[in-house]
Amino acid sequence: MAKLSKEEVKHVAKLARLAITEEEAEKFAEQLGAITDFAVQLNELDTTNVQPTTHVLPLVNVFREDVAVKGLDRDVMMKNVKEQQDGLVKVPPIIKD
Amino acid sequence: MSLFKKSAKELQELLHSKEITIADLTKEAYDRIDALDGEVGAFLALNKEQALKEAEEMDKVPFEERGPLFGMPIGVKDNIVTEGLETTCASKILEGFNPIYNATVVNKLKEAGMVNVGKINMDEFAMGSANENSSIKPVHNPWNFEHVPGGSSGGSAAAVAAGEVPFSLGSDTGGSIRQPAAYCGVVGMKPTYGRVSRFGLVAFASSLDQIGPITRNVRDNALLLEAIAGVDAHDSTSANVEVPHYVDQLTGDIKGLKIAVPKEYLGEGVGEAARKSVLEAIEKLKELGATVDEVSLPHSKYALAAYYILSSSEASSNLSRFDGIRYGFRAEADNLDDLYTKTRAEGFGDEVKRRIMLGTYSLSAGTYDAYYKKAQQVRTLIKQDFDKVFEEYDVIVGPTSPTAAFKLGENLDDPMTVYANDILTVPINLAGVPAISIPCGFDNGLPLGLQIIGKYFEEGTVYRVADAFEKATDYHEKTPQTWEVK
Repeated sequence: MAKLSKEEVKHVAKLARLAITEEEAEKFAEQLGAITDFAVQLNELDTTNVQPTTHVLPLVNVFREDVAVKGLDRDVMMKNVKEQQDGLVKVPPIIKD
Repeated sequence: MSLFKKSAKELQELLHSKEITIADLTKEAYDRIDALDGEVGAFLALNKEQALKEAEEMDKVPFEERGPLFGMPIGVKDNIVTEGLETTCASKILEGFNPIYNATVVNKLKEAGMVNVGKINMDEFAMGSANENSSIKPVHNPWNFEHVPGGSSGGSAAAVAAGEVPFSLGSDTGGSIRQPAAYCGVVGMKPTYGRVSRFGLVAFASSLDQIGPITRNVRDNALLLEAIAGVDAHDSTSANVEVPHYVDQLTGDIKGLKIAVPKEYLGEGVGEAARKSVLEAIEKLKELGATVDEVSLPHSKYALAAYYILSSSEASSNLSRFDGIRYGFRAEADNLDDLYTKTRAEGFGDEVKRRIMLGTYSLSAGTYDAYYKKAQQVRTLIKQDFDKVFEEYDVIVGPTSPTAAFKLGENLDDPMTVYANDILTVPINLAGVPAISIPCGFDNGLPLGLQIIGKYFEEGTVYRVADAFEKATDYHEKTPQTWEVK
């Protein structure tokens, strides 16, 4: 397959919330194609009945004592917010009138 | 004063005999950074004022209250958050970000009395093997400035190799501590997954990431791991397994130890110099009384493909938090959707975008089973390869990297070539076992690394082998050009 289509690339970019140019779409189509070509080799392996690994340690239900602790202060949490008003995070309009 | 040439043990002796102070040590670190870092490029934000103030306070602490790392300068990779000290992951998207809390490891460094000198350059979001993906500046290998230091913890390895700081923290998702340690001729440990808390480590691939120490000798490395390891209520994947005194295990005695050498690790693609140095190292380990057999990790060749799918998938999810809303860079836009897409397009570098794209593609409807699930199943097979060998053997050894450090710019155009460099290190992250890289030779004046891989939570055994090898050889005593500076 060698290469993804530009439409596929644009769809993936939309899912990933990345604005891309036509040139980038072309470049990604080739580069992602090369990487997915490489990944196809995994199909050489029969993995029927092989459990997928999500974590390497056998962790189940990690508990801790239910003790209330103080959270971070709101003013502190707002310190890195670029635009804010009255203690709220400000963003551009979501719905146009 | 040349304090940078000394080990933690030697420095403690000088402190205890009052020949030097912690303030002297801290000042020397900044003098070295001033003199060298213009060429090395290892440091980003410096903590100078605060560190010098802390150092003077610490000099007043009575000796009986001090541990083995008290007063030692350390540099921290820039994907580990430090309260009030800019943390950017070497990415434009986090420019100006001042964390409001410390990573667990940073608090542990403080408890151990270490002095945080500053934040260390890296590949953007830890994605890369050459440190050429830093959006701020590249790092240069202290042994030869024309060569890369490795990555993604290239700055952490270069800062220690150059003699700017004796200790640093890196992070390792697919080799990012071990490969730069090999390229820069220093000691780098990726601990068992879960050994060290990841709380406050900016996540790349959460099921693979581990923080680990980089130092110039094995003993210092063992001391630093002991200081940062342990279960943490803030990281539910940190393991509740007792942390031993690793230095007690540095006996120099490896008689009867059973070592496995996977034939896949010395096969095609491994350069002649790396192969030769590792074969010599194996002879040395035999001389020291270990038994060595060839084994097979048959699924090794599939590790890289599985790694790129899994790590990129996890990254695409983890990096969705960078949206320009709550911190870091924010692009100009007149609606919210454009704000997201423009912030991310302008804020992320090419390699990060490529991985987000690959991960999003692997996880998207129609490809999930073929890529993501398949890769997770292959991960199981790779883990089983290790389980099987470790039923009979104590450690596995091989090269850390197929070659010594390549030249800056040499491989940048072809992502697949750069990726292939990771082939000896990624299976270890997929399995989650611990592994160290220690110096074992040179190729054209550039260091080569020996990788020693251990069983889950048996970093102590790995250190014992590494220390025995270090005591029997003098590779770690060779020093780069930067050591000649004043």
